[in-house]
Amino acid sequence: MIQEEKAYSASSSPAGLQGTQGANWALILNKTQYGVGRILLYAVLILGAIIFSLPLVWMISTSFKPDALVFNMPIVWIPPKPDWANYYDAWTKSVPPFTTYYANTIFITVMSIIGLILSSSLVAFGFARIRFWGRNVIFMVLLSTMMLPSQVTLIPIYLFWSKLGLVNTFWPLIGPEWLTNAYNVFLLRQFFMSINTELDDAARIDGAGWFTIYSRILMPLARPAVGVIAIQAFAWNWNNYLGPLIYLSEPKKLTVAIALRLFETQQSQHIPETMAMTLVALIPVLLVFYFGQARFIQGIVISGVKG
Amino acid sequence: MSTQVAARPVAVEKRTRMSQRTRDNIAGFLFISPWLIHFLFLIAFAMLFSFGISLTETDLLSGAKFVGLANYTRMWDDELFWKAFGVTAYYTFALVPTSIVISLAIALLMNQKIAFQGVWRTLYYLPSVVQGVAVALLWGYVLNPRFGLLNAGLRAIGIEGPNWLYSEQWAVPGFILMGLWGAGGAMLLYLAGLQGIPTPLYEAAEIDGANSWNRFRHITIPMLTPTIYFNLLINIIASFQVFTQVYVLTNGGPNNATLTQVLYIYRKGFQNFQFGYASALAWVLFLVIMLFTILVVRSSDGWVHYEGELKK
Repeated sequence: MIQEEKAYSASSSPAGLQGTQGANWALILNKTQYGVGRILLYAVLILGAIIFSLPLVWMISTSFKPDALVFNMPIVWIPPKPDWANYYDAWTKSVPPFTTYYANTIFITVMSIIGLILSSSLVAFGFARIRFWGRNVIFMVLLSTMMLPSQVTLIPIYLFWSKLGLVNTFWPLIGPEWLTNAYNVFLLRQFFMSINTELDDAARIDGAGWFTIYSRILMPLARPAVGVIAIQAFAWNWNNYLGPLIYLSEPKKLTVAIALRLFETQQSQHIPETMAMTLVALIPVLLVFYFGQARFIQGIVISGVKG
Repeated sequence: MSTQVAARPVAVEKRTRMSQRTRDNIAGFLFISPWLIHFLFLIAFAMLFSFGISLTETDLLSGAKFVGLANYTRMWDDELFWKAFGVTAYYTFALVPTSIVISLAIALLMNQKIAFQGVWRTLYYLPSVVQGVAVALLWGYVLNPRFGLLNAGLRAIGIEGPNWLYSEQWAVPGFILMGLWGAGGAMLLYLAGLQGIPTPLYEAAEIDGANSWNRFRHITIPMLTPTIYFNLLINIIASFQVFTQVYVLTNGGPNNATLTQVLYIYRKGFQNFQFGYASALAWVLFLVIMLFTILVVRSSDGWVHYEGELKK
């Protein structure tokens, strides 16, 4: 079977025909069949889209309801009097108010992203461009560490921070990000490898050092890949739960993720308020993804999932 | 790399060439030093230390006491360990294949000529962006037996839904549904894969009289196997480490029906402060993940098709 396909690809010329399967089907089906197919296709699309988006719609709708309306059956989708106060009440009612949690989370996330981008790009550049002793072996080791679940090293690393007296600070959450991780090095290294070496060779002949090539040539070219890393790191740090759960306990140092869960347990009778705060917590991630989407999709194609 | 070496002037004096190599060695290690520090301390040393701890019985008051492999043998008789193993395996092996099928199906839909493609993509992709606590809190209510969205929907078509997270039997399926909600995330990868399939393959098959099912079965699927393989690996590894949703919503209940391995490690390590036993549990989780990774990698020769690969 595999041989057959090889034969196809070998015999056919790489025509630039922009055809998808849909277009091919369109060619062979007659018009009626085609029409029925279209209707079915859209029916499936719409049904699926409803199933996938209803939970989010329910969350938005619930966040504007008075408490009692949540239990109404059938579900009231548009509350007659939208209760905007849910947002304000929830935000200020928690002690400390959500402002503190957001400040903490933004600080941790931004510091982590800066460190991660700096360290990942330096390391990836080293692996992609410089020939040094043991490079390939070290890179294999790096790849193999991706299999290691973080739980294995969780306790020693916790004890380490605890010995330094830094539990209940942001250090354990930010510090490791400045030392990069295998996944991001791998992603960026693949991207650097795809950039032609002609430019850096020319720069080298002109006497440029490695750092100049890194900062002046490759980093400006690597912007899309760096964007991918930044977006993913944002989402990861913003949603990180186990880390803050273990390291932070003082109320005024908590992150949004931890605070949300606390709020839910303390205010379990006020479901709309919990949904309001959950929705607010989602907005930064949604915005980052929305504005980064073009880069994000591009980045996935670049990083070469096809191995 | 080879181009770089070749591009360098050939007739360089031997002495400068040597020093260039030394300089490259130094530069290389300087550039990768952040990861080297990461590896030495956060991985190599931490792993050794973790294994060391796993051979001890720790207690906050009396410190560590060497007990050999007792923590590992203790697992054998620990019902909760087996329960956690079963729950995690059930979750993983139900979620991963289903989610691959669903994201592949969505990608196939998105690959058709449809109006408002961007809108559809966003609608299907959006839920996968919502992660962690937010998705857990939302789904906690979606799955609520009394006023939740899911049971309201089931009631509308005449089915009385189960108690989901409150029932021993239905709690894990509830978490699986929650995981499937994010299936749109992998859609993008499949879409990239689908768009990379050369059109002439389909045209040639059509000329040979292959119907659409045969084209799907013998062209689309084999050409997508590298992407499926990648997702399979990533998802198995991630699902074995499921924690946040379970911790937030059920904390392992009811009656430990949703006790996953990482949750059990957390309980032992950070609630009971049995660092030794928790470390041993983490090592066993590592071995389990490695075992399944190796199984998938080994099997890949049989079913993953690389277009660039030479015929055997």
